[in-house]
Amino acid sequence: MNRQILSVLVDNQSGVLSRVAGLFSRRGYNIDSLSVGETEDPDVSRMTIVARGDDATLEQIKKQLNKLIDVIKVVTLEPGDSVYRELLLVKVQTAAGNRASISEIVDIFRAKIIDVAPQSMTVELTGDESKVNAFAQLMQPYGIIEIVRTGLTALQRGDKDIKN
Amino acid sequence: MQLTGAEILLECLMEQGVDTVFGYPGGAVLNIYDALAKYPHTIRHILPSHEQGAAHAADGYARATGKVGVCLATSGPGATNLVTGIATAYMDSVPLVAITGNVPSPLLGKDSFQEVDITGITMPITKHNFIVKDVRNLASVLRKAFYIAQEGRQGPVLIDIPKDITSQQTDFRCEVPKTIPKHTGLITADAITEAIRLLQSSKQPLIYAGGGVVSSNAASDLLRFAEKVASPVVSSLMGLGGFPGNHPLFCGLIGMHGMKTSNLASSSCDLLIAVGARFSDRVVSDIKRFASSAQILHIDIDPAEINKNIHTHHHITGDIKSVLERLNVALEPLDIESKQEWLSQISSWKTQFPLSYGKSGGLKPQYIIERIHALTQGQAIITTEVGQNQIWAAQSYTYTLPRTFISSGGLGTMGYGLGASIGAQIGQPNKQVFNIAGDGSFRMNCNELATAVEYELPIIIVILNNHALGMVRQWQDLFYDKRYSQTTLTRSTDFVKLAEAYGALGLNLTRIEDVDTVLTQALEYSGTVVVNCEIDRDDKVFPIVPPGAAIEDVITEDS
Repeated sequence: MNRQILSVLVDNQSGVLSRVAGLFSRRGYNIDSLSVGETEDPDVSRMTIVARGDDATLEQIKKQLNKLIDVIKVVTLEPGDSVYRELLLVKVQTAAGNRASISEIVDIFRAKIIDVAPQSMTVELTGDESKVNAFAQLMQPYGIIEIVRTGLTALQRGDKDIKN
Repeated sequence: MQLTGAEILLECLMEQGVDTVFGYPGGAVLNIYDALAKYPHTIRHILPSHEQGAAHAADGYARATGKVGVCLATSGPGATNLVTGIATAYMDSVPLVAITGNVPSPLLGKDSFQEVDITGITMPITKHNFIVKDVRNLASVLRKAFYIAQEGRQGPVLIDIPKDITSQQTDFRCEVPKTIPKHTGLITADAITEAIRLLQSSKQPLIYAGGGVVSSNAASDLLRFAEKVASPVVSSLMGLGGFPGNHPLFCGLIGMHGMKTSNLASSSCDLLIAVGARFSDRVVSDIKRFASSAQILHIDIDPAEINKNIHTHHHITGDIKSVLERLNVALEPLDIESKQEWLSQISSWKTQFPLSYGKSGGLKPQYIIERIHALTQGQAIITTEVGQNQIWAAQSYTYTLPRTFISSGGLGTMGYGLGASIGAQIGQPNKQVFNIAGDGSFRMNCNELATAVEYELPIIIVILNNHALGMVRQWQDLFYDKRYSQTTLTRSTDFVKLAEAYGALGLNLTRIEDVDTVLTQALEYSGTVVVNCEIDRDDKVFPIVPPGAAIEDVITEDS
């Protein structure tokens, strides 16, 4: 199974997310993550979809996406040629003695403490998947209360943009 | 000019050249029906018995004419009753515009009376759908819907219109419909050259024609192409009529109920040229053993069909008619001599494995259909229900003209045929329309007899009555040790009396020697006729490919 990161421009219409999600579920395509937001043009949204499958399936996914009327463009983001980021928020248990050591890890990862409470701390981190995974792993021993990840979002490197 | 949403809807339909709408009134479409009363001479409204009938009729109308079929239903149950019809059209790529009313916008999402999220429900069975929440967008949405339904690979589009939108006013200006462009951008010189090279080097080519030939109006181009290449032609169910069934190069259906010649040819050919066909499971059976010694050249309008079900060696994506025109121009006269061996192999298979059926044991469905063909000189439009009736109608009638075989191929919708025959007859008033039915399928939507009678449609419904759900029963017989679970229909329905109750002519046919007399009587009658044909419960459809087998391992009548 290969992994493919697709960047998809869509009309910013109600229902477009369910059209795309419905396509993946009804055709049995595997999806690791999907993130979506408005672009520089408010009529257009951009989705980053991480999908898995053999080459034939990945080819089908792109073709089927292209058949959706609301889909404007589908581009595969090649690993070497793109930058990937994901945002993680994690709420960790804190006890009297471990605040400092958590804070140390936060510094090493260039993460940010965004909320502190008597028994917990909430940390924000952006990075590519491996960095986010590594950080989450290091937080594990302290006791993760909850964790939320946005899923991958990505752009091509250099002066290129999706429209050209 | 200031118009209400309802008036804009009708103006847009007229703008698109729509002259017939199949619809059913209800609370959420009251404004539309009120406006319709003002346009009685420009838009003909056909009122069926049930919204499902409206959807199938719009579909039959579209298939028989090549124009967009339009159906209209109210919110909630009206809309959900269209669903089977929309899915049927989607699976067979039929251009359809379905319009539904919905509850007024402020009531949306509150589980209001007769509210249903029909755009959500139909998302996977439409090419696209819309809900109109601002009357100022209504006209552009309608125009887009007609464009999408016809553009590229055709299909159904649904527009959901909340009731308040149809009463609100806005400015409307008539527009000339956008021309539907032919997809030709991907038909490159390289793609044509490579196809020509494959065609020239093939000694044993086989053309596998599908519904795309019919929907792109490419029948004459396919004929020319096949003759230039000197290639035998097989057809999917949807492709019937796309190539003359009486042509020496034609081998008949391929696949689960294909002719043995077609299936053997697919296994022996060195080049399979798929034209507007999608390698459905009903054709290929075991995909690993399908056309395993052949190179595959796939011609289709939909890029997503290429390499979807089977790996292709070369493809041309684009409008079938345009592709065939280009190939026909580019094709030098081919070396026909080198194909002689292949063509004589095909013709010896044809002699060895003709379509056969047991002649003993009374009235035979195949014979009835052969006689319908003879008595109408092959000029009729045949619609079918689904099951044995459908396959007999496909096999035993020789289709020579496109848009004369109308059947639910992809979805396999029992109850499709009667509605479809109504739409086909309204679209082609000068054609004789037959609906070939089984007793099970007919019973599903026989309420539409009331519609056929009301509009004085001279449709002849031929019920091949085996008092069984014959196709399922046949599977139980062949593959489930004859355990006939729930497929024997011991109902006492008298179809002749039922026909009479609806105001149609009902005729019984029980003896083989009466076939011509009864069919002639039906043909001479000016209104709707139901012919109840009592056939044997155990008559089977042959050939049949057992589940999971390769298609050359087809079971025939004698095996």
